[in-house]
Amino acid sequence: MAGLITMDDLTNEQIINILDDATRLLPVAKGELFLPLLQGRILGNLFFEPSTRTRMSFETAMKRLGGEVVNLGDIKNSSVVKGETLFDTIQMVDGYTDIIAMRHPRQGAAQYAQDSANVPIMNGGDGAGHHPTQTMLDLFTIRQAHGTLEGLKVVLAGDLRYGRTVHSLSHALTRFGCELIFASPELLKMPAEIVSDLREHGANVVETEDLLGSINDADVVYMTRIQKERFADEDEYARCAGAYKLHADNLADVKSEMIIMHPLPRVDEIHASVDSTRHACYFNQAFNGVVARMALICYLLGITVPIDVESEGGAL
Amino acid sequence: MANEHSMRRVTAIRNGTVIDHIPSGQALRVLEMLGIGGKSSVPVSLVMNVPSKKMGAKDIIKVEDRELTQTELDRLALVAPDAHVAIIRAYSVAEKLTINLGTEVLNVVRCTFSNCITTNLREPLPHRLKVISRDPLHIRCHYCGRPQDLDELIKNVL
Repeated sequence: MAGLITMDDLTNEQIINILDDATRLLPVAKGELFLPLLQGRILGNLFFEPSTRTRMSFETAMKRLGGEVVNLGDIKNSSVVKGETLFDTIQMVDGYTDIIAMRHPRQGAAQYAQDSANVPIMNGGDGAGHHPTQTMLDLFTIRQAHGTLEGLKVVLAGDLRYGRTVHSLSHALTRFGCELIFASPELLKMPAEIVSDLREHGANVVETEDLLGSINDADVVYMTRIQKERFADEDEYARCAGAYKLHADNLADVKSEMIIMHPLPRVDEIHASVDSTRHACYFNQAFNGVVARMALICYLLGITVPIDVESEGGAL
Repeated sequence: MANEHSMRRVTAIRNGTVIDHIPSGQALRVLEMLGIGGKSSVPVSLVMNVPSKKMGAKDIIKVEDRELTQTELDRLALVAPDAHVAIIRAYSVAEKLTINLGTEVLNVVRCTFSNCITTNLREPLPHRLKVISRDPLHIRCHYCGRPQDLDELIKNVL
């Protein structure tokens, strides 16, 4: 069965259908209704790297729909440290579960797992590769705020070189005709191969080092964390990181409906003063990880989300 | 005429393989990809940049006492997908071999990206590269999606 390894596995129409399903599942994700669409189904959570939000939101998504979850647990206590190949691990979990969510430090691991498995694999991040379930929740959040994905002006800021989140999202937004502004220090620019790939696919891309000069006519500002370990010396880090911070004072002239997103965890790139503004969207975005993954699991398992969730669902 | 003239630049071989219509300047890459030359002891004749009606200019390699295997043809396809390969026995063309660079290169070379899942040599699935375009050659790893540089790939022959 096909899984979700990169966003190329979904057409725009499929993306919209899954986002529509997710919208209808919101009361279930919030715990206002119980709808056991996944009763009797088991998710295998295979996280070979640390994860908080992604792992927990997959688990919550499954449980909100009445399904069960088995976890690989700490890899220090698993067969992986004994030298088990990914192929063998997948063979085992494939037999135990109906669908697998996986994060792995090696790029290409998700496709490799899909080629080894019979059940669908959901890529929760493979090295610096892809993170399509994050992209689905990002798209859900953007559409929730703006009512559309078409033709928006989106600023992606911070570490665009190593952030797999922004790579997957840029490709997806290009498919919906969004204008992209990449605001980052020179050292952390979006890889040239990705920029040229996006342009080949018709993207309107602007690259700049000036974040604050880019946000006033944006519909979305997507912040990412700049990691200290990427820099050779601390002074250079401090200089760069300082230019990619948002404070409530910076938002005086932005569009009223502009949203600020962040895949989290943040360090200090979004000041706490932003949290109480109408633009802060990152905690809602994190919550949307549950509902987007609920809809995605249903889609990959071929389970139809009812049109009228309210009447199908029961009280808790 | 140009072809006949260029073929006469080196002597005919009794037994072995002639690789003709190699893109001009690529002969050394072909030898490297096939692991011929250097330490191998078979006699090799090579002409480079000879005129060709079809290609403008081309390279030709003659390898004595060695017939290319299918695996070697698959490697050759990456460097010279339109080359002509003839097996020579007793001074005559005994077989003409076809090179086929399809949409996928299976178990010929390993992905060059150091963090690709396939760098774990104990993983049992085949090494798979996808041919995105033939001219210019554009290849990506099936698993990690990274574009592959031909000079790097030559070092990763399986």
